[in-house]
Amino acid sequence: MSKNEGVIYRISGPVVTATGIEARMYEVVRVGNEKLMGEVIEIHGDQSVIQVYEDTSGIRPGEPVLSTGQTLSVQLGPGLLTQIYDGIQRPLQTLEEVMGVFITRGVDADGLDLERKWDFVATASKGDDVLGGQVIGTVQETDTITHKIMVPPKASGKIKSIKSGEFNVTETVCTLEDGTEIKMMQEWPVRHPRPFSQKYAPDTPLVTGMRILDFLFPLAKGGAAGIPGPFGSGKTVTQQSLAKYSDAQLVVYIGCGERGNEMTEVLDEFPHLIDPNTGKPLMNRTVMIANTSNMPVAAREASVYTGITIAEYFRDQGYDVALMADSTSRWAEAMREISSRLEEMPGEEGYPAYLSSRLAEFYERAGRVETLNGEDGSVTVIGAVSPPGGDISEPVSQGTLRIVKVFWGLDAGLARQRHFPAINWLSSYSLYPQSLNQWFRDNIASDFPEVRTQISALLKVEAELQEIVQLVGSDALPMDQQLTLEVARMIREYFLQQNGFDPIDAYSGVQQQYAMAQAILTFQEEAKKAMAAGARLQDVVNVQSRTELMRARFAEGYLDKIGGLVEAMVAEIAATAEAN
Amino acid sequence: MTSKEYKTITDIKGPLVFLEKTEPVAYGEIVSIRLSDGSEKNGQVLDTSDDMVVVQVFEGTEAIDRKAGVKFLGDVFKLPVSKGLIGRILDGAGRPRDGGPEIIADENADIIGAAINPYSRQSPHDFIQTGVSAIDCCTTLVRGQKLPIFSASGLPHNDIALQIARQAKLRDSDEEFIVVFCAMGITAEEYNFFRSDLERTGALENAALFVNLADDPAVERLITPRLALTAAEYLAFEHDYHVLVIYTDMTNYCDSLRQIGAAREEVPGRRGYPGYMYTDLAMLYERAGIVKGKKGSITQFPILTMPGDDITHPIPDLSGYITEGQIVISRELHQAGIYPPINVLPSLSRLMGSCIGEKTTRDDHKKVSDQMYAAYAQGRELRGLVAIVGEDALNERDLQLLKFADIFEDKFLRQDRDEDRTIDETLNLCWELMTNIDTKYLVRLDQELIEKYHPEEKKA
Repeated sequence: MSKNEGVIYRISGPVVTATGIEARMYEVVRVGNEKLMGEVIEIHGDQSVIQVYEDTSGIRPGEPVLSTGQTLSVQLGPGLLTQIYDGIQRPLQTLEEVMGVFITRGVDADGLDLERKWDFVATASKGDDVLGGQVIGTVQETDTITHKIMVPPKASGKIKSIKSGEFNVTETVCTLEDGTEIKMMQEWPVRHPRPFSQKYAPDTPLVTGMRILDFLFPLAKGGAAGIPGPFGSGKTVTQQSLAKYSDAQLVVYIGCGERGNEMTEVLDEFPHLIDPNTGKPLMNRTVMIANTSNMPVAAREASVYTGITIAEYFRDQGYDVALMADSTSRWAEAMREISSRLEEMPGEEGYPAYLSSRLAEFYERAGRVETLNGEDGSVTVIGAVSPPGGDISEPVSQGTLRIVKVFWGLDAGLARQRHFPAINWLSSYSLYPQSLNQWFRDNIASDFPEVRTQISALLKVEAELQEIVQLVGSDALPMDQQLTLEVARMIREYFLQQNGFDPIDAYSGVQQQYAMAQAILTFQEEAKKAMAAGARLQDVVNVQSRTELMRARFAEGYLDKIGGLVEAMVAEIAATAEAN
Repeated sequence: MTSKEYKTITDIKGPLVFLEKTEPVAYGEIVSIRLSDGSEKNGQVLDTSDDMVVVQVFEGTEAIDRKAGVKFLGDVFKLPVSKGLIGRILDGAGRPRDGGPEIIADENADIIGAAINPYSRQSPHDFIQTGVSAIDCCTTLVRGQKLPIFSASGLPHNDIALQIARQAKLRDSDEEFIVVFCAMGITAEEYNFFRSDLERTGALENAALFVNLADDPAVERLITPRLALTAAEYLAFEHDYHVLVIYTDMTNYCDSLRQIGAAREEVPGRRGYPGYMYTDLAMLYERAGIVKGKKGSITQFPILTMPGDDITHPIPDLSGYITEGQIVISRELHQAGIYPPINVLPSLSRLMGSCIGEKTTRDDHKKVSDQMYAAYAQGRELRGLVAIVGEDALNERDLQLLKFADIFEDKFLRQDRDEDRTIDETLNLCWELMTNIDTKYLVRLDQELIEKYHPEEKKA
């Protein structure tokens, strides 16, 4: 028999030591008279060290500690979507109803609404043999998402009874012959990845509508990307753009240790935004987790696990899920803070020595899988990193870069020039183009990879030429190189720059991206021809139709118009040669 | 609660006192220490267990010996709050400093302050006109925002903060801000400067001051901003005031934090600052904002001096990750004799997008601001090039931009310490200055706006 009640021995900030309790590692315990939620993170003989998810001021030694026998888990089932949770899956709306506008402590709240009735439609029938993870019925949770009810991963057997109808999440909808009762809600410990049949190599891009990302540095569905950048370089705006426009079917957005007002902005904005892929409110496909910087640090540590477990749960239903974590540095700092309270031997910069393995474990939960139900599902993870001083040689950035295959490097210099998204095209990389090229050839254009190579080569040449320009000025360069600079400027200002706040420019389909890239290359081609025929660079560059081509991306129907605009430009450039 | 006096001090180290054999003491509990000469000091419990209690002494441990008596007061630190705080000057631990009576409390508020539920916040969207062109146009301030001034020693950040405090108002509204001023380790001279300016403009009657000066105990500084913010929260959310909190200097606050960390032998993070400094700063900065159902608001103006003008130093760095932008003061501009020497390039207001535009400021604000910024950025860059190759190597466009950078600094940035420009004046000034650049190079403006506002292209 395990003893399930002990007493507090010591309190130091969010770390509490209890004696007389026989708890397992990562077991959830209730601390003090107010029953604050905590988790056992270390055991020394009779002492259990507990990280507490709420403020510990006023708690005294000698107060009781109760074990619950459970590890930190989330409730999974209909009712997750459109929710906004804190780091330990307490709905913030419920907290507001109970505590008012300030978050006080000692309040427990269920992650799912246990009362609400959902319309369960059975898809399996009596006598079917079912395995863990198999879908037995559906619930239309929002306009866009059909929630699939699955057999819990560890259960299996023959269905004894199953019925459609109105149920809440704790009512039994299906019974197996061995007596197992299946409810719509299941619980899952957050620190354990959910099981699947096998992992596949990714072969489909996550289309984000951001030109620099989709075109130059594509991310695959089921891949992992890191976005490091100093403050003010646009990490959050980029993350939010991805949450809004990426073609994932579901989005889990974790605001981990970030600003309260920013989360509020997302909360205000998302219900009014329309998902470009379905035409329905974005909120319908979104689960949000907000543990702002001043909310308890231990809950911040837990928030990314809560988020990714929810993402995996939807992946298991066969969905493509994108998870944004903003920012993983705050998560790592939470680990550091707890670790130093535990007086652990620090690794680099005070971070615990297990930092990189925790990062790796987290990102490894991304992937495209065959689910237990035999379907295709994926979790794509996009983690923002906030390196101190923007210097990515620090441990969190380095630990992240070792694992992720896509690096979108934000650049303060570009942000300062108001070049947004401020993603540096020289330092960023993606290791996915090889596996995604086939998709681009089949779905966009057969020469897509070649066009991409041409564009990125131009940018590289520009960087070299700029070094010379810095020394001697651009007028000293030969005409053909001046033209290259002009074309590269066009790529930067017209193609790479994208206004996330402009309703039209914010999202650019891959087809349109390709057309724009082609238009730039056409300009280069025609300009070369015209200059060979005697046209002056200045005249070629100043043709009115080129400016129109560049400005028109802020107007609707660009993809339809671009052909005509390019034709006009070609004609005008040809005329400059004749004028001379 | 227990009011037993313990004489069980074992160790005294830096600002910390260690005692043993106490009854259960609460984490965060307030402590009173009676010295052998009869004087008293206050402290707070930092670590508590059955065997040992660690107390942080606000006034420093000077003259404490092992015979001193320690009393645990059974409660966490609370500030007596009431409307009577307005017009008062208190010291860094919340005691009257102006010779006036004690504050008569309507309630005692916990100074740690609970986090605002993000769900209960309301997005800030009210434009604050500061009358300073660089701020209003390029890093627009919003009510409920936290926007620090990143400065360095020897720069006029105090003048700028005071000018903002004097001039800040909502457009077309008489609603004024009340100021909560929090001094942390600044010199008496600086404090007098603030006080006399607030006195001169009559703002002092509508202000609450919390003052910890350079010769006051360093540890007390950890409490001072929490008192100020507790007062601000009370006034904003219980009495519907719009509160502007100015606190200076965050660098001193962080140094005190480091001092405590070192005394506790904690594992230090970057440059010796504790690993939890981000969370600690967030607990202050995040107390800005507006909440649903309350009329008042808290806008924060923390001032910090960047050691060695280094923006990557942990203090500005961590602040920048929490605050909603920053206003960066430039030594270079200051040396060139420009006031206010605000370098708009690294400055930023993250909430600007929500408060500018046709309905609040003017339809051209966003694009004008982008264009001014872009042209100035390019002009500044060209200065570097000109230093190497001379102006002759520049083409016509670059020459115009180069000249524009000078005009920008001289005409747009520069203004008098009591010059209060309306947002219309600021934007019109922008258009006037942009006539120095050929319209075809103003690529961030669209034709419609050019026809509406450009002094030379305007259509009647």
